[in-house]
Amino acid sequence: MVPLWMYLLVAAALFAIGTYGVLSRRNAVAILMSVELMLSAVNINLVAFWRYQSPLEMSGQAFAAFVFVVAAAEAAVGLAIIIAVYRSRRSVIVEDVNLLQG
Amino acid sequence: MNECRDLINTLAACLSTSGWDPGLAQFVQILLGVVLVTLAPLIIVIFLIWVERKFAARIQDRIGPNRVGPWGLLQTIADALKLITKEDITPAGADRVVFNLAPIVSVVSVILIWAVIPLSPIHIGVDLEIGALYFIAVGSIGTLAIMMAGWSSNNKYALLGAFRVVAQLVSYEIPFVFAILVPVMLAGSMGMQDIVDAQRGMWFAVLSPIAAAIFFLSAQAETGRAPFDLIEAESELVAGYNIEYSGMKFGLFFAGEFVHVLTNALLLVALFFGGWVGPFVDQLPILGFVYMFGKAALFYLFSLLLRNTLPRVRIDQMMNFNWKFLVPLSVINVAVVAFLLQVVRALGLAPASGMENDLIANLPQAAVLLAGNLVIIAVVLQLLRNAGRRDRSAEAVVVSKEDEMLPAQAAH
Amino acid sequence: MLELNAQTIGFFIFSALMVGGGLGVVTSRNLIHGALYLILSLFGGAGLFVLLSAPFLAAVQILVYIGAIAILIIFAVMLTRSMTRMGEVFNTQWWLSALVAIAVFALLVVGVIMPVFGGLDMSTVSAEVGTTMELGIALVDGNQFVLPFEVASLLLTAAMIGAIVIARDRD
Repeated sequence: MVPLWMYLLVAAALFAIGTYGVLSRRNAVAILMSVELMLSAVNINLVAFWRYQSPLEMSGQAFAAFVFVVAAAEAAVGLAIIIAVYRSRRSVIVEDVNLLQG
Repeated sequence: MNECRDLINTLAACLSTSGWDPGLAQFVQILLGVVLVTLAPLIIVIFLIWVERKFAARIQDRIGPNRVGPWGLLQTIADALKLITKEDITPAGADRVVFNLAPIVSVVSVILIWAVIPLSPIHIGVDLEIGALYFIAVGSIGTLAIMMAGWSSNNKYALLGAFRVVAQLVSYEIPFVFAILVPVMLAGSMGMQDIVDAQRGMWFAVLSPIAAAIFFLSAQAETGRAPFDLIEAESELVAGYNIEYSGMKFGLFFAGEFVHVLTNALLLVALFFGGWVGPFVDQLPILGFVYMFGKAALFYLFSLLLRNTLPRVRIDQMMNFNWKFLVPLSVINVAVVAFLLQVVRALGLAPASGMENDLIANLPQAAVLLAGNLVIIAVVLQLLRNAGRRDRSAEAVVVSKEDEMLPAQAAH
Repeated sequence: MLELNAQTIGFFIFSALMVGGGLGVVTSRNLIHGALYLILSLFGGAGLFVLLSAPFLAAVQILVYIGAIAILIIFAVMLTRSMTRMGEVFNTQWWLSALVAIAVFALLVVGVIMPVFGGLDMSTVSAEVGTTMELGIALVDGNQFVLPFEVASLLLTAAMIGAIVIARDRD
């Protein structure tokens, strides 16, 4: 088996890439996709730790399953909000949604 | 050389006793398995298309292909050759990579399902612990392929067609999954060989006919077969999402659809109608293939019958049927079956632990579950009858109001 | 150090898919291509789950993430395409975001992963692993995770109703 730190390295890399995507993209849907990347990285982390440290208890996999649930719920509501914003402001660029600014 | 008798399963052991390196022998065995499981549907589809065309022709009071080869058996090969020699067109403005990838993903998503179909007591591609969940997951990739096809064609009608297809496929996945939950519950495992093994005593279609019917209907809708075939209504929507596809790319979509229908028939048989279970199947495993494909052929022909006799439903009728009828029915079915299973266990009617394969020992449990299903069917039929009566009396009120208006208008 | 067997090769292939897909998502100008790269990345993730003896999570990843969420994202991309499509891909502070991302990665690797887990030889894992049945029991067992399970289903119902209400057409 591959040593544990390699899985953690992959998860950390993906998390960093997701962070870059969230902070630097202008399109709201692209930001949501980057958030999904980060959640996926967290899942890899959880399951890797579960497999290497305590494969007989199910808390690792159960936790990952709940992360799936939360990611699905967040994607659905987030996309609904983006569509509602697009309908009223005709744009999904996050810099343009600035009515509360200043 | 006893290991070499059942060649497919024990090829690695056979080869390594003849002096091959065990790792290499293992690799060769796995490779052979993969090649067989992948080629089987692709070769069977040649025969399937012929069956489909002949059957449709006879229903429509004509003969069908009968020129190329005896009884037209080689017609499919001639058509395939024609499609291969067509020009490879990519429409202007289309996304090349996605456009060419979509038919491949569509066919791959169907062939991947064949990895978990149990073909006989000892032959299965790979007996995954999560077999039932695997084929649901892989089947949902087909939806993605259609989305890719519709969007990358750079064509408004293809895109609209793709939207409707995805709506239909995603909606019908829900009763599909709930219907699969029932055999998983009854067998206590998601592995396909476990599910078929658990049917040695009594087929699951007897224990829960509603689930079998819902699975069959949802599978019809998932593949886009009539009466749910507005996703590629050949006579109307200019063929929906695959307008811009010609030549072998269209051939791939076409072949993929046929393989999908056969795959669904095989899955229906494996999950509900006993799979390879039949007389003498343990002594002669090759009979497993015969039973499996024989039963699946019956259901394939039944789905062909539906396709050629029923008219198409509209999209709103289809959505209503799914969300207002199939989804509540499938949820109630799962709840009732789970409840009745516990009742049966509490009453001691379940077959004793050594006797699960005996038909007589399974009868009390089967009777209770079947009675539960029949009660659900009776309630549903009564509700439908009431709803029909309400609709008819509402129509009668409208019609009689129109009748009253005419003399009044004539009096003006 | 690393024996070259099928698991190691599989790990490298799936990790490459995952990280490559991730890079494609954050740098793609065409959002549909970005969504397809996301699907590729999630496929890599499902492969890694299989290598980590969690087949149920791999199937759920494909079924939920790829079969539902990715398609939802593609729908959203198609429904929100603006007429003036040629905007900038990154905002004006992309260099700062890159710095932050690299800092996060460096902190995680140098500060946490390598010191704690780098030295130990964690390549030998116990062969006994919890099965899917144990996961199922854990999710409905009164002493384990039945309460988060029920709360999660409530969350999903609320999210579903909320999404429908928010995205509904006003007329």
